[in-house]
Amino acid sequence: MRLALPGPLPRSVCAGAALVLTGTVGAVGCGGGAGGAIGSGVTGIVRASWGDPQNPLEPANTNEVQGGKVLDMIFRGLKRYDPRTGRAENALAEKIETTDSTHYTVTVKDGRRFSDGEKVTAKSFVTAWNYGAYLKNNQKNAYFFQYIDGYDKVHPVSGEPTATTLSGLRITGPRTFSVTLSQRFSTWPDTLGYAAFAPLPTAFFEHHDAWLAKPVGNGPYRVEKYTRGAQMSLRAWKGYRGPDAARNGGVDLVVYTDNNTAYTDLVSGNLDLVDDIPAAQLKNVRKDLDGRYLNTPAGIIQMLAFPFYDRRWNTPGAAKVRTGLSMAIDREQITRTIFRSTRTPATDWTSPVLGAAGGYRPGLCGRACRYDPAAARRMVSDGGGIPGGRLTITYNTDTGSHKDWVDAVCNSVNNALRDDHACVGSPVGTYADFRNKIGRHKLTGPFRAGWQMDYPLIQNFLQPLYYTGASSNDGGWSDRRFDALVDRANAETGTKTAVATFRRAEEAVRDAMATIPLWYQNGSAGYSDRIRHVELNPFSVPVFDEIDVR
Amino acid sequence: MGRYVTRRLLQMIPVFVGTTLLIFLMVHVMGDPVAGLCGERQCDPATEARLRQEFGLDQPVWRQYLTYMGNVFSGDFGTAFNGQRVIDLMATAFPVTLRLTLVAVVLEIVIGITLGVVTGLRRGRPVDTSVLLLTLMAVSVPIFVTGLLAQLLLGVEWRLVPPAVSAAAPLDELIVPGLVLASVSLAYVTRLTRTSVAENARADYVRTAVAKGLPRHRVITRHLLRNSLIPVVTFIGTDVGALMGGAIVTERIFNIHGVGFQLYQGILRQNTQTVVGFVTVLVIVFLLANLLVDVVYAVLDPRIRHA
Repeated sequence: MRLALPGPLPRSVCAGAALVLTGTVGAVGCGGGAGGAIGSGVTGIVRASWGDPQNPLEPANTNEVQGGKVLDMIFRGLKRYDPRTGRAENALAEKIETTDSTHYTVTVKDGRRFSDGEKVTAKSFVTAWNYGAYLKNNQKNAYFFQYIDGYDKVHPVSGEPTATTLSGLRITGPRTFSVTLSQRFSTWPDTLGYAAFAPLPTAFFEHHDAWLAKPVGNGPYRVEKYTRGAQMSLRAWKGYRGPDAARNGGVDLVVYTDNNTAYTDLVSGNLDLVDDIPAAQLKNVRKDLDGRYLNTPAGIIQMLAFPFYDRRWNTPGAAKVRTGLSMAIDREQITRTIFRSTRTPATDWTSPVLGAAGGYRPGLCGRACRYDPAAARRMVSDGGGIPGGRLTITYNTDTGSHKDWVDAVCNSVNNALRDDHACVGSPVGTYADFRNKIGRHKLTGPFRAGWQMDYPLIQNFLQPLYYTGASSNDGGWSDRRFDALVDRANAETGTKTAVATFRRAEEAVRDAMATIPLWYQNGSAGYSDRIRHVELNPFSVPVFDEIDVR
Repeated sequence: MGRYVTRRLLQMIPVFVGTTLLIFLMVHVMGDPVAGLCGERQCDPATEARLRQEFGLDQPVWRQYLTYMGNVFSGDFGTAFNGQRVIDLMATAFPVTLRLTLVAVVLEIVIGITLGVVTGLRRGRPVDTSVLLLTLMAVSVPIFVTGLLAQLLLGVEWRLVPPAVSAAAPLDELIVPGLVLASVSLAYVTRLTRTSVAENARADYVRTAVAKGLPRHRVITRHLLRNSLIPVVTFIGTDVGALMGGAIVTERIFNIHGVGFQLYQGILRQNTQTVVGFVTVLVIVFLLANLLVDVVYAVLDPRIRHA
């Protein structure tokens, strides 16, 4: 066990950490106790399935759940989303203050360190954010910094950047920095729990390749060994000072190419945790695992998006057609039979994980999301029929089992409209090609759209998807009433009023049926009898630090 | 002999260029890979342009190909989208697949040839019939069925072996996957050897050897087998390449992080550099294995001479 902290741990800090952990197994966060439960060759290691991260493991460059899983273990940012409620709570932030929703002052907690011993300071955040935003660093999450003043200089839409650092970030003391946003954004502090906003140690900049081979962060775990493409061994980091220190000795993430193999390994006791149960096993999972199966809401909603750049879909009549189509889809039956209840029929455009206070409003969609074949027929014919005479739903075949549900949706539509040829699925071989066709506006009918939230805010379910010209507004929907309401919501100073205004914006989406909401996706996971206290957070990532190994 | 080998090596150059070009074009036709890099959303245009430039995707295909080939000849196979150099991926993946192939080939030779000789010498007996039936089954059942069945029975039900291979992939864990991978070829080797042995057992030189009073094992190993193995060696030689490339299914079932894993991921992510690099090396392996087979012919049968 190499602990790169100068000198022994101060006693008082140790006692504090132990207090917080009262009621859990041993005092893992604080050495001693379990007889050196940390380091190599120890007990209490959770073995979990993993997928090879698509991108290098830089915080601002990781946009998928496999890399996110690791970042969630080795990093802590200013905020952290509560694994149960999804509420953003201060983690490394002592306070974030503002009076006008544009100028923020951030104070970082004292005494926090990276696992290589370096102190986490205001500079650790500012340099990390500047790195993430700078165009030439090729960071795929750069747009997270788009609300900070000076983003257009370091990350222009075209051409060379004219600055290397964000002018809106200023270090004002060892633990304080100020942030100036380019627009009012009242819920901005709540976005800071996303991995892209994590602080970075100097090692990241000075020995970049070495850092990538073995990332160093400030979270409850540290990377002990990383064999890319095969396995990552994470161990509980003794020096971690937060309230969420690891309650196990560590986690071994094992890469599986096929989730069926991972499931087989779980059933035969060679693996402790699989967070991607293969669809084919859903009917056996409860029996196989004796109830050690989780199926909890995640911040993901699946929708059908429409090509508004195609004039035929951008008429008042087409809005009626979309509403009719929505009523022609038997969500209850499809989620029950095809997804075996790992999806829940959607009745609004957000996600249950937001909670009522966060803006989730079940039933907002009303009758338009209820299966009603007669009304569906009426609405579609009132609206002038399906543009082009036939509905083609485009989807990609390489990830997920989209074919199954698209065929079921079409079946449902065909039955409701009493026309065997009203709807057909149109498969595209790879995800990249699918994205290409969407990006180049090649599609003339609806297409599969899934949205996984970046942070649990109603803003994140609306603005990126429906605001005019927004980054994920693939269909090109544009509505003046919606845009104005979003602008107003962002300018509100109170969270409560902001959420209420966003809800009104959501009504604009409903009235035009800008997308047809299909279902909310759940996160699912199965685990062995070796471990306890397994939960999935709203991002459907297991809360590793709370897992307890028998 | 030397001239023959040189000529064969020179012939490899056009084959090599042709295959790489073909694969390069095929991956290119699959579309623009950058669009798939940003999750369920459009990459922001500036980053997208940067990435395209970084991976050379903003160039016309022919120039991309020339640049790529130029780099390959200086030992640089490019960088995968996850920032790893393809050569590093190869360094981790090929030894694993090579081990798996080795296990498969050894099993193929030992079990296949033994069974072939035994059945070839006991034509029509119960042992011949039952082996015939077994090989028929092995040939007709697809490899993923054999694999999943072996995994379920040996790994889950009887707990004899772990159902998946660990990251280090040591030889002993590769025996079951190796057997699965070899199963079809093993059946072919058995049947090839059987026919060949059965045919040659009646040949004049075997009768002569027996008449000379040579011991039975000497007749079989020195005279009969040496002549009977030529078609079998051809088969095994070409099979080495097929096994390495075909390991993709077996590797997936047993979670082995070899060539198949990298290729699969490379194709899914439309990573030209990974796919072309790995396939290129596979092509070279295939060509070399074939050359080796031709050279071994001459050793087995002195009548075959390579001028």
